[in-house]
Amino acid sequence: MTRALLDVDTLEAGYEPGASIVRGVSLKVMAGEIVAVLGPNGAGKSTLIKAIAGLVSKFSGCVTLDGADITAAKVHELARRGLGFVPQTENVFTLMSVADNMRIAADVLPKASRSEQIDAMFELFPDLARQRQLAAGRLSGGQRQMLAVARALIAKPHIVMLDEASAGLSPKLVGQVFSKLAEIRAIGITILMVEQNAKAALALADRALILVEGAIAHEGPAKAIAADRSIGRLYLGARRSEGGA
Amino acid sequence: MNLQFLADGVVMGALIGLGAVGVTLSYSILRFANFAHGEFIAWGTYMTLVLTTAISTLFGGHTGTIGPLSFGWPLLVAGVAAAALTGGLAVALDRLLFSKLRSKGNAIVMVMASFGASMALRSLLEFIFTSRPAYFTRDIQMAVPAGLGIRLTPDQFFLIFLTMIIVVVMDRFLSLSATGRAMRAVSENPILARVAGVDVERVIRATWIIAGILATASGVMLGVTVQIRPFMGFDLLLPLFAAAILGGIGSMSGAMLGGLIVGVAEAVAVQIVGADYRAAVAFLILIAVLLVKPSGLFGVRE
Repeated sequence: MTRALLDVDTLEAGYEPGASIVRGVSLKVMAGEIVAVLGPNGAGKSTLIKAIAGLVSKFSGCVTLDGADITAAKVHELARRGLGFVPQTENVFTLMSVADNMRIAADVLPKASRSEQIDAMFELFPDLARQRQLAAGRLSGGQRQMLAVARALIAKPHIVMLDEASAGLSPKLVGQVFSKLAEIRAIGITILMVEQNAKAALALADRALILVEGAIAHEGPAKAIAADRSIGRLYLGARRSEGGA
Repeated sequence: MNLQFLADGVVMGALIGLGAVGVTLSYSILRFANFAHGEFIAWGTYMTLVLTTAISTLFGGHTGTIGPLSFGWPLLVAGVAAAALTGGLAVALDRLLFSKLRSKGNAIVMVMASFGASMALRSLLEFIFTSRPAYFTRDIQMAVPAGLGIRLTPDQFFLIFLTMIIVVVMDRFLSLSATGRAMRAVSENPILARVAGVDVERVIRATWIIAGILATASGVMLGVTVQIRPFMGFDLLLPLFAAAILGGIGSMSGAMLGGLIVGVAEAVAVQIVGADYRAAVAFLILIAVLLVKPSGLFGVRE
């Protein structure tokens, strides 16, 4: 059996010791996969992804990235070790130009490859390339989200984790962001995404996990979960008439 | 009308501005008002004085002066060394005190700690050097015409020129260097900076070092143009904070402009209401800015 790229083993995490929000979660993300973490509001989805990213305290359990233990790694080291993270809000430096947002992320790379990697990102996100001198705070919501994803990709991560990439975006922009994520997967980047928009996430993902009250209630292929009406009704807020998730 | 007061105001404003840049950087990155910044100014100046004396003694007192300036190369060499030492002092203070409180995340505790550190550092300085004023030089310089009826001493010309160089270097550093970018990133959003791979502890160390360097530059300027006293930094604290808040916390150009405005306003006040009320000007500016535009001239954060 091939080794998981990201392996989370019985993770307990939260903001206050003794009050775990994530309760014994184990998950594996294989190289090249898109895995979606879904669930109702307050299920602990964002806490789980933030704990993996080092932003929320881990009380017990283990996280390995490409075989290396990153459970106690400092947040800033994770970008260098191949873990990219796109927070849900405040995910770009609004006072800095688009180009400086790229540069700040590229600074973790060896000097020789920085400008080459920035150029590669501008090629992947041509809309940003046209506005490279603009302050990121003046970008539209969709463009900001693209910049946040580009910023996470610039350090050449093995895996990118996205916290609610569709939050606050119009359906059209959600489509644009998700089709960009499909492009990113096509170039070999593994994705772990926490999503409230279950329908869009299941259409994109290979596998999905349903998190309820901090623990995994269900997991399986995304297509199967999308087709299972009972899961949609029980965990994802789908109405009876909507059918799947 | 004699515009001489303007020249005095600009010279004072330049050194207030340099100190205010240090204050605004440490405030925006470390997120607390560091009352010990005044002591960095005083310590940087006294260290420069000690090193200048040591270098001059080493060369048998035959170091001379640079052209029309009142000081020689020993002061410049000593200033650079003292700036590095003051940066080290700031880093040491952070390691011993502020870093232990930072993890608790309470800004008021940090401010109070900086106030305590300020008193301790000032008392130590007074204990070592006494409260008697000291001087880099006691030579009297002849002022030369600078246009518009204004006269400046060669030292004042040099200090204005040096301030301009430091401001340009700092601006380029913050705009173009990786460390400068990281400092701007941490100032705006420390969590995202960490996520983007910025080592925030390294940025904090760099901020203390820069604050120490700028404080020394500001203090040596004051020492060269006026005198050196243990309270010299403490007395500058109000103008520094007034300038930093007037310019807008986090804005380097704002702090510099704020310094010049405070310096010139103080000089104008001396002309109108007398020198006794000079210190009140910075206080009035501070109150006015906080009431009318708390974010300052170029401020980006409330």
